[in-house]
Amino acid sequence: MAAIKSTWPLIAVGLLLEHLPAGADVLPDQRVDALYHSYSGGGVTVSGPSVLVLKHIGQNADVSGNYYVDTVSSASIDVVSTASPYSEQRTQGNISFGYLHDKTTFNMGYTNSTESDYKANTANFDMTQSLFGDMTTVSMGYSRGWDTVGKNGQPSFSASLDRQNYTLGLSQVLSKDLLIDTSYELVTDQGFLNNPYRTVRYLDPGSGKGYSYEPERYPKTHTSNALAVTARYYLPYRARLQGEYRYYTDTWGIKAHTMALGYLQPLHDKWSLDVNYWYYTQGKADFYSDLFPYQNAQNYLARDKELSSFNSQSFGMGLSYDFTRTNWKAINKSTLNVAYNHMLFSYQDFRDVTQGGAPGQEPLYSFSADVVQLYLSVWF
Amino acid sequence: MSLHNYLLPALCLTLVGCGHIEPWVKPYERAHLADPIMSADPNPVSSAYLNHVHEAREGARGADGGHGGGCGCN
Repeated sequence: MAAIKSTWPLIAVGLLLEHLPAGADVLPDQRVDALYHSYSGGGVTVSGPSVLVLKHIGQNADVSGNYYVDTVSSASIDVVSTASPYSEQRTQGNISFGYLHDKTTFNMGYTNSTESDYKANTANFDMTQSLFGDMTTVSMGYSRGWDTVGKNGQPSFSASLDRQNYTLGLSQVLSKDLLIDTSYELVTDQGFLNNPYRTVRYLDPGSGKGYSYEPERYPKTHTSNALAVTARYYLPYRARLQGEYRYYTDTWGIKAHTMALGYLQPLHDKWSLDVNYWYYTQGKADFYSDLFPYQNAQNYLARDKELSSFNSQSFGMGLSYDFTRTNWKAINKSTLNVAYNHMLFSYQDFRDVTQGGAPGQEPLYSFSADVVQLYLSVWF
Repeated sequence: MSLHNYLLPALCLTLVGCGHIEPWVKPYERAHLADPIMSADPNPVSSAYLNHVHEAREGARGADGGHGGGCGCN
Protein backbone atom coordinates (compact mmCIF):
# COMPACT_ATOMS: atom_id res chain seq x y z
CA MET A 1 0.00 0.00 0.00
CA ALA A 2 1.21 3.46 -0.69
CA ALA A 3 3.23 5.33 1.84
CA ILE A 4 1.98 8.86 1.77
CA LYS A 5 2.85 10.40 5.06
CA SER A 6 6.36 11.53 4.80
CA THR A 7 8.22 11.16 7.99
CA TRP A 8 9.68 8.07 9.54
CA PRO A 9 11.96 8.44 12.49
CA LEU A 10 15.44 7.43 11.47
CA ILE A 11 17.37 5.31 13.89
CA ALA A 12 20.73 6.92 13.58
CA VAL A 13 23.45 8.89 15.17
CA GLY A 14 21.72 12.16 14.47
CA LEU A 15 18.89 11.08 16.68
CA LEU A 16 21.26 10.05 19.44
CA LEU A 17 23.23 13.25 19.29
CA GLU A 18 20.21 15.47 19.13
CA HIS A 19 19.01 14.16 22.46
CA LEU A 20 22.25 13.91 24.32
CA PRO A 21 22.27 15.79 27.56
CA ALA A 22 24.45 18.87 27.68
CA GLY A 23 27.99 17.84 26.98
CA ALA A 24 27.80 16.44 23.50
CA ASP A 25 31.57 16.27 23.30
CA VAL A 26 31.71 12.49 23.37
CA LEU A 27 30.70 10.04 20.71
CA PRO A 28 27.56 8.00 21.30
CA ASP A 29 28.11 4.54 22.78
CA GLN A 30 29.04 1.65 20.56
CA ARG A 31 26.09 -0.71 20.55
CA VAL A 32 24.01 -3.28 18.72
CA ASP A 33 20.23 -3.45 19.07
CA ALA A 34 18.06 -6.18 17.60
CA LEU A 35 14.31 -5.62 17.88
CA TYR A 36 11.20 -7.56 16.93
CA HIS A 37 8.07 -5.41 16.72
CA SER A 38 4.42 -6.26 16.38
CA TYR A 39 1.40 -3.98 15.95
CA SER A 40 -2.13 -5.33 15.85
CA GLY A 41 -5.29 -3.25 15.75
CA GLY A 42 -8.08 -1.95 13.54
CA GLY A 43 -7.79 -4.94 11.22
CA VAL A 44 -4.11 -4.24 10.58
CA THR A 45 -1.10 -6.27 11.70
CA VAL A 46 2.44 -5.01 11.16
CA SER A 47 5.49 -6.89 12.37
CA GLY A 48 9.15 -7.33 11.59
CA PRO A 49 12.71 -6.84 12.75
CA SER A 50 14.86 -3.76 13.25
CA VAL A 51 18.63 -3.99 13.73
CA LEU A 52 20.81 -1.02 14.68
CA VAL A 53 24.61 -1.06 14.85
CA LEU A 54 26.80 1.86 15.93
CA LYS A 55 30.62 1.57 15.78
CA HIS A 56 33.37 4.08 16.46
CA ILE A 57 36.02 4.80 13.87
CA GLY A 58 39.03 6.02 15.81
CA GLN A 59 38.54 8.64 18.54
CA ASN A 60 36.43 11.16 16.67
CA ALA A 61 34.14 9.42 14.24
CA ASP A 62 31.45 6.80 14.12
CA VAL A 63 29.33 4.95 11.64
CA SER A 64 25.88 3.50 12.22
CA GLY A 65 23.49 1.42 10.20
CA ASN A 66 19.90 0.39 10.60
CA TYR A 67 17.88 -2.27 8.81
CA TYR A 68 14.13 -2.23 9.37
CA VAL A 69 11.24 -4.27 7.96
CA ASP A 70 7.45 -3.82 8.19
CA THR A 71 5.43 -6.81 7.09
CA VAL A 72 1.87 -5.53 6.73
CA SER A 73 -1.40 -7.41 6.54
CA SER A 74 -4.30 -5.03 6.23
CA ALA A 75 -8.04 -5.33 6.42
CA SER A 76 -8.46 -1.85 7.90
CA ILE A 77 -11.74 0.05 7.91
CA ASP A 78 -10.63 1.89 4.74
CA VAL A 79 -9.81 -1.35 3.02
CA VAL A 80 -12.90 -3.34 3.95
CA SER A 81 -15.16 -0.42 3.02
CA THR A 82 -13.92 0.06 -0.51
CA ALA A 83 -11.25 -2.49 -1.48
CA SER A 84 -9.80 -5.91 -0.72
CA PRO A 85 -7.49 -6.92 2.13
CA TYR A 86 -3.84 -6.98 1.12
CA SER A 87 -0.37 -7.89 2.34
CA GLU A 88 2.89 -6.14 1.61
CA GLN A 89 6.37 -5.48 2.93
CA ARG A 90 8.34 -2.30 3.48
CA THR A 91 12.11 -2.43 3.88
CA GLN A 92 14.19 0.46 5.13
CA GLY A 93 17.95 0.87 5.31
CA ASN A 94 19.98 3.71 6.76
CA ILE A 95 23.65 4.54 7.06
CA SER A 96 25.00 7.50 9.03
CA PHE A 97 28.41 8.96 9.74
CA GLY A 98 29.28 11.14 12.71
CA TYR A 99 32.34 13.29 13.31
CA LEU A 100 33.28 14.96 16.58
CA HIS A 101 35.50 18.04 16.72
CA ASP A 102 35.97 19.51 20.20
CA LYS A 103 32.44 20.52 21.24
CA THR A 104 30.89 20.16 17.82
CA THR A 105 29.42 17.03 16.28
CA PHE A 106 28.57 16.67 12.62
CA ASN A 107 26.38 13.92 11.29
CA MET A 108 25.23 12.98 7.84
CA GLY A 109 23.11 10.09 6.74
CA TYR A 110 21.17 8.47 3.95
CA THR A 111 17.94 6.47 4.22
CA ASN A 112 16.14 4.36 1.65
CA SER A 113 12.65 2.95 2.12
CA THR A 114 11.13 0.60 -0.44
CA GLU A 115 7.63 -0.84 -0.85
CA SER A 116 6.03 -2.35 -3.91
CA ASP A 117 4.35 0.98 -4.67
CA TYR A 118 6.44 3.57 -2.84
CA LYS A 119 10.12 4.46 -2.78
CA ALA A 120 11.62 7.09 -0.48
CA ASN A 121 15.20 8.37 -0.44
CA THR A 122 16.33 10.81 2.23
CA ALA A 123 19.62 12.57 2.91
CA ASN A 124 20.19 14.40 6.18
CA PHE A 125 22.81 16.64 7.75
CA ASP A 126 22.84 17.54 11.45
CA MET A 127 25.12 19.57 13.66
CA THR A 128 25.31 19.74 17.44
CA GLN A 129 27.27 22.25 19.53
CA SER A 130 27.88 22.16 23.25
CA LEU A 131 28.08 25.56 24.99
CA PHE A 132 28.52 27.30 28.34
CA GLY A 133 30.47 24.63 30.18
CA ASP A 134 28.29 21.92 28.68
CA MET A 135 25.18 23.40 30.25
CA THR A 136 23.59 23.99 26.86
CA THR A 137 23.52 22.00 23.65
CA VAL A 138 22.17 23.50 20.45
CA SER A 139 21.47 21.47 17.35
CA MET A 140 20.27 22.09 13.85
CA GLY A 141 19.54 19.83 10.96
CA TYR A 142 18.32 19.66 7.42
CA SER A 143 17.03 16.72 5.44
CA ARG A 144 15.87 16.38 1.90
CA GLY A 145 13.74 13.56 0.55
CA TRP A 146 12.83 12.35 -2.91
CA ASP A 147 9.88 9.96 -3.08
CA THR A 148 8.32 8.07 -5.97
CA VAL A 149 4.69 7.03 -5.61
CA GLY A 150 3.38 4.10 -7.63
CA LYS A 151 0.13 2.18 -7.81
CA ASN A 152 -0.06 -1.59 -7.75
CA GLY A 153 -1.95 -2.97 -10.74
CA GLN A 154 -1.30 0.18 -12.74
CA PRO A 155 2.38 0.14 -13.82
CA SER A 156 2.01 3.35 -15.80
CA PHE A 157 1.18 5.34 -12.66
CA SER A 158 4.13 7.24 -11.23
CA ALA A 159 4.20 10.46 -9.23
CA SER A 160 6.88 12.26 -7.28
CA LEU A 161 7.09 13.96 -3.93
CA ASP A 162 9.89 16.19 -2.60
CA ARG A 163 10.33 16.65 1.13
CA GLN A 164 12.42 19.07 3.19
CA ASN A 165 12.84 19.11 6.95
CA TYR A 166 14.47 21.83 9.04
CA THR A 167 15.16 21.16 12.71
CA LEU A 168 16.38 23.26 15.61
CA GLY A 169 17.06 21.95 19.10
CA LEU A 170 18.08 23.32 22.45
CA SER A 171 18.97 21.14 25.42
CA GLN A 172 19.49 22.94 28.71
CA VAL A 173 20.61 21.86 32.18
CA LEU A 174 18.38 23.75 34.62
CA SER A 175 19.54 22.20 37.87
CA LYS A 176 21.52 19.18 39.05
CA ASP A 177 18.32 17.14 38.74
CA LEU A 178 16.50 18.74 35.84
CA LEU A 179 17.10 18.81 32.08
CA ILE A 180 14.89 20.39 29.45
CA ASP A 181 14.91 19.77 25.70
CA THR A 182 13.18 22.03 23.21
CA SER A 183 12.90 21.11 19.56
CA TYR A 184 11.29 22.71 16.55
CA GLU A 185 10.76 21.16 13.15
CA LEU A 186 9.45 22.62 9.94
CA VAL A 187 8.50 20.11 7.26
CA THR A 188 7.52 21.13 3.77
CA ASP A 189 6.37 18.71 1.08
CA GLN A 190 5.67 19.32 -2.56
CA GLY A 191 4.25 16.84 -5.03
CA PHE A 192 1.77 13.97 -4.97
CA LEU A 193 0.53 13.87 -1.39
CA ASN A 194 -2.64 11.83 -1.46
CA ASN A 195 -3.08 8.09 -1.57
CA PRO A 196 -3.69 6.71 -5.07
CA TYR A 197 -6.06 4.07 -3.67
CA ARG A 198 -8.09 6.01 -1.14
CA THR A 199 -11.52 7.44 -1.86
CA VAL A 200 -13.95 9.90 -0.32
CA ARG A 201 -17.67 9.34 -0.12
CA TYR A 202 -20.47 11.68 -1.11
CA LEU A 203 -24.25 11.62 -0.90
CA ASP A 204 -25.73 9.93 -3.94
CA PRO A 205 -29.50 9.37 -3.78
CA GLY A 206 -29.25 7.24 -6.93
CA SER A 207 -27.08 4.69 -5.15
CA GLY A 208 -28.57 1.81 -3.18
CA LYS A 209 -26.70 2.80 -0.01
CA GLY A 210 -27.39 6.48 -0.48
CA TYR A 211 -23.75 7.34 -1.07
CA SER A 212 -20.95 6.66 -3.56
CA TYR A 213 -17.16 7.02 -3.65
CA GLU A 214 -14.75 9.11 -5.73
CA PRO A 215 -10.93 9.41 -5.54
CA GLU A 216 -9.52 11.69 -2.86
CA ARG A 217 -7.76 14.86 -3.98
CA TYR A 218 -5.13 16.69 -1.90
CA PRO A 219 -3.23 19.94 -2.37
CA LYS A 220 0.22 19.63 -3.92
CA THR A 221 1.95 21.30 -0.99
CA HIS A 222 1.95 20.68 2.73
CA THR A 223 3.95 22.64 5.30
CA SER A 224 3.91 21.92 9.01
CA ASN A 225 5.41 23.32 12.20
CA ALA A 226 5.97 21.33 15.37
CA LEU A 227 7.37 22.58 18.66
CA ALA A 228 8.12 20.12 21.46
CA VAL A 229 9.35 20.60 25.02
CA THR A 230 10.53 17.69 27.12
CA ALA A 231 11.60 17.83 30.76
CA ARG A 232 13.42 15.05 32.62
CA TYR A 233 13.70 15.09 36.39
CA TYR A 234 15.86 12.89 38.60
CA LEU A 235 13.95 11.82 41.68
CA PRO A 236 15.85 11.53 44.99
CA TYR A 237 15.47 7.75 45.21
CA ARG A 238 17.02 7.18 41.76
CA ALA A 239 14.13 7.24 39.36
CA ARG A 240 13.31 9.42 36.39
CA LEU A 241 10.14 11.37 35.71
CA GLN A 242 9.64 12.70 32.18
CA GLY A 243 7.01 14.99 30.71
CA GLU A 244 6.56 16.13 27.14
CA TYR A 245 4.28 18.50 25.27
CA ARG A 246 4.15 19.11 21.54
CA TYR A 247 2.12 21.62 19.56
CA TYR A 248 1.55 21.05 15.87
CA THR A 249 0.00 23.17 13.15
CA ASP A 250 0.02 22.91 9.36
CA THR A 251 -1.19 24.55 6.18
CA TRP A 252 -4.00 22.01 5.84
CA GLY A 253 -5.66 23.38 8.95
CA ILE A 254 -4.73 20.59 11.34
CA LYS A 255 -3.84 21.62 14.88
CA ALA A 256 -2.69 18.96 17.29
CA HIS A 257 -1.54 18.62 20.88
CA THR A 258 0.53 15.76 22.25
CA MET A 259 1.15 15.16 25.93
CA ALA A 260 3.27 12.36 27.31
CA LEU A 261 4.37 11.24 30.75
CA GLY A 262 6.97 8.63 31.59
CA TYR A 263 8.36 7.10 34.74
CA LEU A 264 11.49 4.95 34.86
CA GLN A 265 12.32 3.01 38.01
CA PRO A 266 15.45 0.85 38.38
CA LEU A 267 14.69 -2.26 40.44
CA HIS A 268 17.72 -3.65 42.25
CA ASP A 269 20.81 -3.91 40.05
CA LYS A 270 19.50 -5.87 37.12
CA TRP A 271 15.97 -4.75 36.38
CA SER A 272 14.26 -1.53 35.43
CA LEU A 273 10.60 -0.72 34.89
CA ASP A 274 9.25 1.94 32.57
CA VAL A 275 5.64 3.14 32.68
CA ASN A 276 4.35 5.69 30.20
CA TYR A 277 1.21 7.41 28.98
CA TRP A 278 0.58 9.31 25.74
CA TYR A 279 -2.38 11.51 24.86
CA TYR A 280 -2.91 12.98 21.43
CA THR A 281 -5.69 15.13 20.04
CA GLN A 282 -6.13 16.86 16.70
CA GLY A 283 -8.64 18.91 14.76
CA LYS A 284 -9.53 17.96 11.19
CA ALA A 285 -7.99 19.23 7.98
CA ASP A 286 -9.90 22.02 6.21
CA PHE A 287 -10.80 19.76 3.28
CA TYR A 288 -11.75 16.65 5.28
CA SER A 289 -15.28 15.35 5.43
CA ASP A 290 -16.71 11.95 6.27
CA LEU A 291 -19.52 12.54 3.79
CA PHE A 292 -19.45 15.24 1.11
CA PRO A 293 -22.85 16.65 0.04
CA TYR A 294 -22.34 15.75 -3.63
CA GLN A 295 -19.69 14.64 -6.11
CA ASN A 296 -16.78 17.06 -6.64
CA ALA A 297 -18.14 19.22 -3.84
CA GLN A 298 -14.88 21.17 -3.47
CA ASN A 299 -11.38 21.50 -4.93
CA TYR A 300 -9.72 19.27 -2.36
CA LEU A 301 -11.32 16.18 -0.91
CA ALA A 302 -10.12 13.96 1.92
CA ARG A 303 -11.65 11.15 3.96
CA ASP A 304 -8.45 9.82 5.46
CA LYS A 305 -9.24 9.22 9.13
CA GLU A 306 -5.74 10.48 10.03
CA LEU A 307 -6.93 13.89 8.77
CA SER A 308 -10.17 13.81 10.80
CA SER A 309 -10.81 15.10 14.31
CA PHE A 310 -9.85 12.43 16.79
CA ASN A 311 -7.93 11.64 19.92
CA SER A 312 -5.78 8.72 20.93
CA GLN A 313 -4.24 7.40 24.09
CA SER A 314 -1.47 4.95 24.75
CA PHE A 315 -0.73 3.12 27.98
CA GLY A 316 2.71 1.56 28.01
CA MET A 317 4.93 -0.56 30.18
CA GLY A 318 8.46 -1.85 29.64
CA LEU A 319 10.76 -4.16 31.54
CA SER A 320 14.50 -4.37 31.08
CA TYR A 321 16.86 -7.04 32.42
CA ASP A 322 20.64 -6.56 32.51
CA PHE A 323 22.28 -9.95 32.01
CA THR A 324 25.87 -8.76 31.68
CA ARG A 325 28.49 -11.13 33.10
CA THR A 326 31.73 -9.81 34.56
CA ASN A 327 33.86 -12.28 32.61
CA TRP A 328 32.61 -10.94 29.25
CA LYS A 329 35.62 -8.88 28.24
CA ALA A 330 34.34 -7.49 24.94
CA ILE A 331 30.89 -6.51 26.20
CA ASN A 332 30.28 -3.59 28.55
CA LYS A 333 26.58 -4.14 29.06
CA SER A 334 23.78 -6.27 27.67
CA THR A 335 20.05 -6.05 28.27
CA LEU A 336 16.95 -7.95 27.28
CA ASN A 337 13.87 -5.77 26.99
CA VAL A 338 10.17 -6.22 26.53
CA ALA A 339 7.65 -3.42 26.06
CA TYR A 340 3.88 -3.36 25.62
CA ASN A 341 1.59 -0.50 24.63
CA HIS A 342 -2.18 -0.50 24.48
CA MET A 343 -3.55 2.22 22.23
CA LEU A 344 -7.09 3.61 21.90
CA PHE A 345 -8.29 5.68 18.97
CA SER A 346 -11.58 7.55 19.05
CA TYR A 347 -12.78 9.44 15.96
CA GLN A 348 -15.16 12.36 16.17
CA ASP A 349 -16.10 12.69 12.50
CA PHE A 350 -15.17 9.44 10.83
CA ARG A 351 -18.03 6.97 10.64
CA ASP A 352 -17.97 3.19 10.45
CA VAL A 353 -19.93 2.46 7.27
CA THR A 354 -19.59 -1.30 7.81
CA GLN A 355 -22.09 -0.98 10.69
CA GLY A 356 -24.86 0.28 8.43
CA GLY A 357 -27.31 3.09 9.06
CA ALA A 358 -28.52 6.12 7.18
CA PRO A 359 -25.71 8.01 5.39
CA GLY A 360 -24.01 10.30 7.88
CA GLN A 361 -25.73 8.58 10.81
CA GLU A 362 -23.53 5.48 11.08
CA PRO A 363 -21.75 4.93 14.41
CA LEU A 364 -18.50 6.84 14.88
CA TYR A 365 -15.43 4.68 14.39
CA SER A 366 -13.04 3.69 17.16
CA PHE A 367 -10.52 0.92 17.64
CA SER A 368 -7.77 -0.30 19.93
CA ALA A 369 -4.33 -1.63 19.11
CA ASP A 370 -1.67 -3.67 20.88
CA VAL A 371 2.00 -2.96 20.31
CA VAL A 372 4.67 -5.41 21.48
CA GLN A 373 8.43 -4.98 21.29
CA LEU A 374 11.08 -7.50 22.24
CA TYR A 375 14.68 -6.42 21.87
CA LEU A 376 18.25 -7.17 22.81
CA SER A 377 20.78 -4.37 23.37
CA VAL A 378 24.53 -4.91 23.64
CA TRP A 379 27.09 -2.17 24.39
CA PHE A 380 30.69 -2.97 23.46
CA MET B 1 19.85 57.54 15.77
CA SER B 2 18.54 54.54 13.90
CA LEU B 3 17.59 51.25 15.46
CA HIS B 4 20.78 49.70 14.08
CA ASN B 5 22.86 51.96 16.29
CA TYR B 6 21.39 50.24 19.31
CA LEU B 7 20.96 46.75 17.94
CA LEU B 8 24.55 46.13 16.94
CA PRO B 9 26.12 47.07 20.28
CA ALA B 10 23.40 45.17 22.12
CA LEU B 11 24.05 42.07 20.02
CA CYS B 12 27.81 42.35 20.60
CA LEU B 13 27.34 42.75 24.33
CA THR B 14 25.00 39.78 24.42
CA LEU B 15 27.42 37.55 22.55
CA VAL B 16 30.39 38.69 24.65
CA GLY B 17 28.34 38.20 27.79
CA CYS B 18 27.37 34.70 26.76
CA GLY B 19 31.02 33.81 26.43
CA HIS B 20 31.48 34.41 30.16
CA ILE B 21 28.43 32.60 31.50
CA GLU B 22 29.49 30.49 34.48
CA PRO B 23 27.88 27.07 34.62
CA TRP B 24 25.56 27.16 37.64
CA VAL B 25 25.60 23.37 37.83
CA LYS B 26 29.25 22.47 38.27
CA PRO B 27 30.69 19.38 36.59
CA TYR B 28 31.01 17.64 39.97
CA GLU B 29 27.29 18.26 40.60
CA ARG B 30 26.17 16.38 37.50
CA ALA B 31 26.20 12.82 38.81
CA HIS B 32 22.42 12.59 38.61
CA LEU B 33 22.28 14.07 35.12
CA ALA B 34 24.96 11.63 33.96
CA ASP B 35 23.06 8.61 35.29
CA PRO B 36 21.99 6.42 32.34
CA ILE B 37 18.36 6.64 33.49
CA MET B 38 18.47 10.36 32.59
CA SER B 39 19.44 9.67 29.01
CA ALA B 40 16.89 11.22 26.65
CA ASP B 41 16.88 8.19 24.43
CA PRO B 42 18.30 5.11 26.14
CA ASN B 43 16.63 2.76 23.65
CA PRO B 44 16.82 4.39 20.20
CA VAL B 45 15.69 1.31 18.29
CA SER B 46 12.53 1.17 20.41
CA SER B 47 11.75 4.90 20.54
CA ALA B 48 12.19 5.25 16.78
CA TYR B 49 9.79 2.37 16.23
CA LEU B 50 7.17 3.85 18.58
CA ASN B 51 7.49 7.25 16.92
CA HIS B 52 6.83 5.52 13.62
CA VAL B 53 3.72 3.84 15.04
CA HIS B 54 2.38 7.22 16.18
CA GLU B 55 3.28 9.08 13.00
CA ALA B 56 1.60 6.49 10.82
CA ARG B 57 -1.70 7.04 12.63
CA GLU B 58 -1.68 10.71 13.53
CA GLY B 59 -1.89 13.84 11.41
CA ALA B 60 0.98 15.52 13.25
CA ARG B 61 4.64 15.02 12.46
CA GLY B 62 8.03 16.38 13.40
CA ALA B 63 9.98 17.57 16.44
CA ASP B 64 10.64 13.99 17.47
CA GLY B 65 14.26 13.70 16.39
CA GLY B 66 13.59 11.73 13.23
CA HIS B 67 14.18 12.21 9.53
CA GLY B 68 12.05 11.57 6.48
CA GLY B 69 11.40 8.35 4.68
CA GLY B 70 8.66 5.94 3.77
CA CYS B 71 5.76 5.12 5.96
CA GLY B 72 4.01 1.81 5.34
CA CYS B 73 0.81 3.44 6.54
CA ASN B 74 -2.84 2.66 5.83
